[in-house]
Amino acid sequence: MFKILSKRLIAPKEYDIWVDAPRVARNGKAGQFVVLRTSEKGERIPLTVAEYDREGGRIRIIFQVVGKTTMEMAQLKVGDSLHDLLGPLGNPSEIENLGTVLMVGGGVGIAALYPIVKELKEVGNRVITILGGRTADLVILKDECAAFSDELLVTTDDGSEGIKGVVTDAMQLLADRGEKISQAWIIGPTIMMKFASLKAKELGIPCWVSLNPIMIDGTGMCGCCRVTVNDEIRFACVDGPEFDGWGVNWNEFMNRMGQYKNEEKISLEKYQSEVGE
Amino acid sequence: MAPKITPKKTPISEQDPVVRGKNFDEVCLGYTLDEARLEATRCLQCKTAPCIAGCPVAIDIPGFIKALAEGDLPKSWEILSDATSLPAVCGRVCPQETQCEGVCTVGKIKGKEPVAIGKLERFVADWKASQPEEAITPPVQDKGKVAVVGSGPAGLTVAGDLAKMGYKVTVFEALHEPGGVLMYGIPEFRLPKEIVRREIGNIRKLGVDVEVNAVVGRTVTIEELRSQFDALFIGTGAGTPHFMNLPGTNLNGVFSASEYLTRINLMHAYEFPVYDTPTKTSKKVVVVGGGNVAMDAARSALRLRADKVTVVYRRSIEELPARIEEYHHAVEEGIVFNFLTNPVEYIGDEKGNLKAVRCIRMELGEPDASGRRRPVPIKGSEFVIEADTVVEAIGQGSNKVLLNAFPELKLNKWGYIDADEKTGATNLPDVFAGGDIVTGAATVILAMGVGRDAARSIDSYIQSKKG
Repeated sequence: MFKILSKRLIAPKEYDIWVDAPRVARNGKAGQFVVLRTSEKGERIPLTVAEYDREGGRIRIIFQVVGKTTMEMAQLKVGDSLHDLLGPLGNPSEIENLGTVLMVGGGVGIAALYPIVKELKEVGNRVITILGGRTADLVILKDECAAFSDELLVTTDDGSEGIKGVVTDAMQLLADRGEKISQAWIIGPTIMMKFASLKAKELGIPCWVSLNPIMIDGTGMCGCCRVTVNDEIRFACVDGPEFDGWGVNWNEFMNRMGQYKNEEKISLEKYQSEVGE
Repeated sequence: MAPKITPKKTPISEQDPVVRGKNFDEVCLGYTLDEARLEATRCLQCKTAPCIAGCPVAIDIPGFIKALAEGDLPKSWEILSDATSLPAVCGRVCPQETQCEGVCTVGKIKGKEPVAIGKLERFVADWKASQPEEAITPPVQDKGKVAVVGSGPAGLTVAGDLAKMGYKVTVFEALHEPGGVLMYGIPEFRLPKEIVRREIGNIRKLGVDVEVNAVVGRTVTIEELRSQFDALFIGTGAGTPHFMNLPGTNLNGVFSASEYLTRINLMHAYEFPVYDTPTKTSKKVVVVGGGNVAMDAARSALRLRADKVTVVYRRSIEELPARIEEYHHAVEEGIVFNFLTNPVEYIGDEKGNLKAVRCIRMELGEPDASGRRRPVPIKGSEFVIEADTVVEAIGQGSNKVLLNAFPELKLNKWGYIDADEKTGATNLPDVFAGGDIVTGAATVILAMGVGRDAARSIDSYIQSKKG
């Protein structure tokens, strides 16, 4: 079970894999995630599902190597299996025809944004997508997002592609030309989601962000993933993962993300010394 | 005339408190055969046997004790296993003092302690585990198919009992390992996980399939299950932690007991970095609450080498819901108890890390709905306890993942499943429920008791439908 059926490096340190998981493929929806483990002694990490192949019984996961577990995943070959995979978890995105929607993605978060872009387009929205990254190589899934977007803007910090700048610059650009946007989805690195949410608020655009905090069970049993949204404590695993971006307490979220920084470093270094990296 | 009965239970060896405070090995070391047989002779074999009525699964307690006293361990085991699928677990974690031992005739004699029934049960179960494995031929399972949701004590009992009756049972577990609270909740030093695995292995040998990584309502839908199985048993437990919602709850260093213990027990954080999941190495820990979960969290924190562990409980020692044995163990190990104390605020530093807990002293006022005297804050009595970790162990509610996916199922006003406590029947004829998801957080043995009854009602439901 949970065999890796294909694997592709799509950007520096970013892998695109298809995993055999028929039940998740059958019942999963855009916006949901899985919790997985690589080994018997492994930790449980949440990753958003980028695509479901219901007939083929497989799911697509795009991940970036950021720590021990993702490094271990990067070492797995086609034919190897993940030890455990649980899902689909969390609430699906609310997909309906809202008029014009703005989809903002950054880094590996674009993988989580993509299935929502696709479904929103399929129900008839006018979709404007902004994808951002430090440099052109890091902006993934451009063609796939473009296929389901009426307009696609790319921003890069170094100007290697599209607009030189960050996603909020592109958001301003759209506002300047008078775009009337009913709803935005913003998924990417925390710092990007924070500033893009602030920008959305400034422009009066309601926005969803998809939060990916530290989790253990992923089913509402432990409360490790709690976040404060509009002054209320919520569990990202069962109340989210999407929340009102205007209301997220971003500073607290970032503090909580960093809780195990030291331990994560110890774990990664131990693994690197074991595999000889 | 009964033989002379020693006033005290036969002493049992335990790890020294100083030593055990630094390891996760089991505290109680169990009886030797001679000790167990000696203790077994303390049973009067009284005709009334109030102990059987005191046991939620009605084990023939005088029967298994008699066989043990006579040295017939296989017979003793047979009697035990007839009534319980998890004897090694029950012998360790049941609150015997309020059940079998609480009503024991010997214990009613002035100056005498009851028979150590729990320790004897444990002895027989452990003896069995030390014997060469027998090949078990699973019973023919053609009476029907039953899906069990959740692999905690209730679900495992239903599964074991129905398999013995001739049903094909599939258990669905969301986590990567079966056992429910026995795996993620109760620590190794009170219930070694090897024992849980062994007992689940025994249930599997009866032909029960256990599927892990399967959240019912998500991975498999309720409709899929109801169309594929003759009946469903829901035993998903009380799995959602409550928080007091004090200012500072989301500071780093504030945990629910569920998270704190899951990291340690299920994920082996005490063996980090051999296991990947870490927990915080804390210096000063405050645990909020007075139940068994609070004791488990406090004693785990101590074993993770905290310098000081303080339990704050809003009522007095008389109302402490924890088993008295666990409280004594905690005190022996050096845990400090602050009774009639409640936290009011968690104080953080500029980086969002917990640095102290502001508490207030309480006094007991008039009795509340539970019949216990209600704790009332004493004005102006606030004080601060330094802490880098706080663990809230104030109870759990029902987990909504399955319930939200199952709107036809009737719930009660507390959000638990509205099921008959005797039969497990719900408002849907093919759906039964039991354990904490019906009663709210209770004990392992109560969940097992309901599981036994539910297995019987599932059997009669399926047979009546077929007949």
